[in-house]
Amino acid sequence: MSTSADQADTAEGRVYNVSGQDWDEFVAAVDEAGDRTGEERIVVNMGPQHPSTHGVLRLVLTLDGETVTELRPVIGYLHTGIEKNLEYRTWTQGVTFVTRADYLMPIFNETAYCLAVERLLGIEDRIPERANVIRVLMMELNRISSHLGGIGPLGLELGASTVFIYGMREREKVLDLFELIAGLRMNMAFIRPGGVAQDLPSGAIEKLREFLSVMPGKVGEIRALFDAAPAFFARTKGISYLDLEGCMAFGVTGPMLRATGLPWDLRKSQPYCGYETYEFDVPTVKTCDAYGRYRIRMDEIDQSLRIIEQCVDRLAGKRPAHDPVMIEDAKIGWPARLALGPDGLGPAPDHIAHIMGQSMEALIHHFKLVTEGFRVPAGQVYAAIESPRGELGAHVVSDGGTRPFRVHLRDPSFNHLQALPAMAEGGLIADVIPAIASIDPVLGGVDR
Amino acid sequence: MTETNQPGQANEAGAGAPAPDPAELAGRERLSEQIVRTGMFGVQGTPDTSGYGGLKVRRPPPLSSPRPYGSYFDEVADALGGSLEREGWSFGDAVERVVSDRGELTFHVRRDHLITVAQRLRDDPALAFEIMTGVSGVHYPRDEGRELHAVYHFLSITHNRRVRVEVSVPDADPHIPSLVGVYPANDWHERETWDFFGLIFDGHPSLTRIEMPDDWKGHPQRKDYPLGGIPVEYRGATIPPPDERRAYQ
Repeated sequence: MSTSADQADTAEGRVYNVSGQDWDEFVAAVDEAGDRTGEERIVVNMGPQHPSTHGVLRLVLTLDGETVTELRPVIGYLHTGIEKNLEYRTWTQGVTFVTRADYLMPIFNETAYCLAVERLLGIEDRIPERANVIRVLMMELNRISSHLGGIGPLGLELGASTVFIYGMREREKVLDLFELIAGLRMNMAFIRPGGVAQDLPSGAIEKLREFLSVMPGKVGEIRALFDAAPAFFARTKGISYLDLEGCMAFGVTGPMLRATGLPWDLRKSQPYCGYETYEFDVPTVKTCDAYGRYRIRMDEIDQSLRIIEQCVDRLAGKRPAHDPVMIEDAKIGWPARLALGPDGLGPAPDHIAHIMGQSMEALIHHFKLVTEGFRVPAGQVYAAIESPRGELGAHVVSDGGTRPFRVHLRDPSFNHLQALPAMAEGGLIADVIPAIASIDPVLGGVDR
Repeated sequence: MTETNQPGQANEAGAGAPAPDPAELAGRERLSEQIVRTGMFGVQGTPDTSGYGGLKVRRPPPLSSPRPYGSYFDEVADALGGSLEREGWSFGDAVERVVSDRGELTFHVRRDHLITVAQRLRDDPALAFEIMTGVSGVHYPRDEGRELHAVYHFLSITHNRRVRVEVSVPDADPHIPSLVGVYPANDWHERETWDFFGLIFDGHPSLTRIEMPDDWKGHPQRKDYPLGGIPVEYRGATIPPPDERRAYQ
C-alpha cells in the first residue's frame, strides 16, 4: 500500500481519494502537484436528514470559505403519490388523502380540495352558513398552529430553544381543540365536499373562549423574547432578502410577499367561505427579510385570534331550529350523522335505527352513497385559498365519474423553495438556516 | 329518477306553495339537466352487475363557449386579442377556442404560440398577469391526437383576475415550449410535469426529474401507469389493491 490518499488522473482532472487519517498526505500530494489554486471550494450535502431542513430536504451547497456560492435544493424524498392515489378513491375519500399533503396545515388542504369539488358540482352557494363558519374557525386555528410550528423551529435553529418550547406548547393548545372538535390532532379529514364532517361537540364553545382568553398572553411571551432581541436581529434582519420583483418572478405569495409591503391576501381579494363578512387586517412590513416574515406571522396570529372570536360569537349565538353543517342534498351530503358512542365516533343510533329498521330505500341510498360515492359533472376548476404559507391551489379535473380524474395541489412550499437560491446564494452558510425557516416549507406539501 | 318528472312541473310547483325543501329543489335542478349518457356503470372484469343504477350522466363540459363569456372574461379576451394583433398575430391564430365554465376562463392555446401568449399576458398592462401559479399536467388517453394537456394558471394582482391557459399535444410528440424564460416560477413546476407525465418542455434550463428518483422508468401520473399495491388480508377476507377494486364511471 503506497499512501492511503490514493490519486488517479482522470478526464476531469486529478482525483484524490481521502479515506481518513490521511489528511496530511493529501495536502502534501496536492501541494506537490500544484493543484492548489488559492481558493478552497467545498461542496457540502446538507440533508436530507438535517434538523433544520424542516423535513427531508437536501441542499447541495458549494462553499467558498463560509460563503455560499451555489445552492441547489433537492426534493422528492417524501413523495408519496397522493395525487395519483386520489384517482382511485371516491371524491369524499379524497379528503383523507389531501389532508396528509402539507401535514402542518391539513384543514387548508381539505378546504382547497373541497372548494374545488363544490365548484365542479355547482353547489358553492348552497353550503350551509354554519358549515362555512366552522370552516373559517378551523382554518384560523390551523393558521395559528402552523405559524407557531414555523416560528418555534426558527427559534431552535438559531439557538433559542425556549422559543421552540413555547411555540410547541402553544401549538398543543390548538391541537387539543382540533382533537375536541374533529377527533384527531392532525390529518382530520374534517372538511368534506358539501360542508363539514360534524357539528361542534358540546363544550367546544367554552373551550374556544378559554383558548381566546389565554392565547394573546402566550403569543406575547414569544414576542417578548424575539421581537426586539439583538441576537435575533443579527440573525434575521437583512437576511434572505427577496423583494417584490423577486416574489413576482418566483410566484411567491403569503407572508413572504406581504413582507415586501404588498397587502395581497386571498381572504380579502378573492374571498371564499364568507371571509368578506369578518373584520381583520392584512399585516405588512417592508423589510423583505427573514425578520419581516417573522413579524408578519406573529401579526397574523393576532388577526386569526380576531377572526376566531367572531366565529365563536356566531356559533354561540341563538341557533335556528334547522341549522345543518352539511349540504341539504341527499345525493351529495353524507346521510349518516356522527355521534359519540361507547366505542368512539360512529353513525348516530337514530340513523342506524332508520336504515336498519324502517326504510329499505334509505339503507340502499346510504350504501350507494358510501361505497360508490357521488358523480361530479365533467370539467375542471382551480380553487385557491390563502394558506399560512401562501396561495394553495387545487386544480381538480372530473370526467363525470365517481372518482377524481386528476387532482393537482399547487403547494406554496413547493413553489417557494425554488426561490431559496436567490435568497441564500452569496450569503453565509449560517444564514441559509434562517432563510429556510423564513420560507417555512413543509416537505409533505412539497413532495405530496 | 322517474321519467315523468319533467322540469316544467318543477317550476309550476313553486308558485303559491309553502317554501320548497332545498334538498328537493336540488334534486329537481339536477333532473332538469340535459342527459348525455345512459345505461350501466362501467363495471368491468366481474359478472357482478350490482353497480347497475339506471345511470344518467348529465351536463357535458362545454367544448367551446360563445360570447359573451361573462364576468371580466370578455375584457381579458379582448385585451389579449388586441395585444396579439399588435404583435402581428390574430386572436384565432393563437387561441383555438375559449371555454368559460363554472366561473373560470380557459384559453386553449396552440403550442407554437404559447410563449407569445404568456409574454402578452405578463407584459401588457391591460392584462398584467404577474404571477404564474405553475403548470399541471392532465393525461386524457381517450382524447386522440391530443392526449397530454398542460394547464397553466395565471394570476393578476393588479386587476385581481385569474385565467387558465391550456395546451394539448399528442402523446407521440409531447413537446411544449418552456415558459421558464417568461415566468421563472415555472421552473420546478415544469420539471414536475415532465416527471409525472413525460411532457417535454423545450428550452427548459435543466429538465430533470424532481419528485421521482433520477433513474426512474416511466411517468407515474399517466393513466397507463398502474397504481400498484398488494391485496390485504383481514380476518379471512382479501381486499384487492385500490386499482383493482370495482370502479363506477
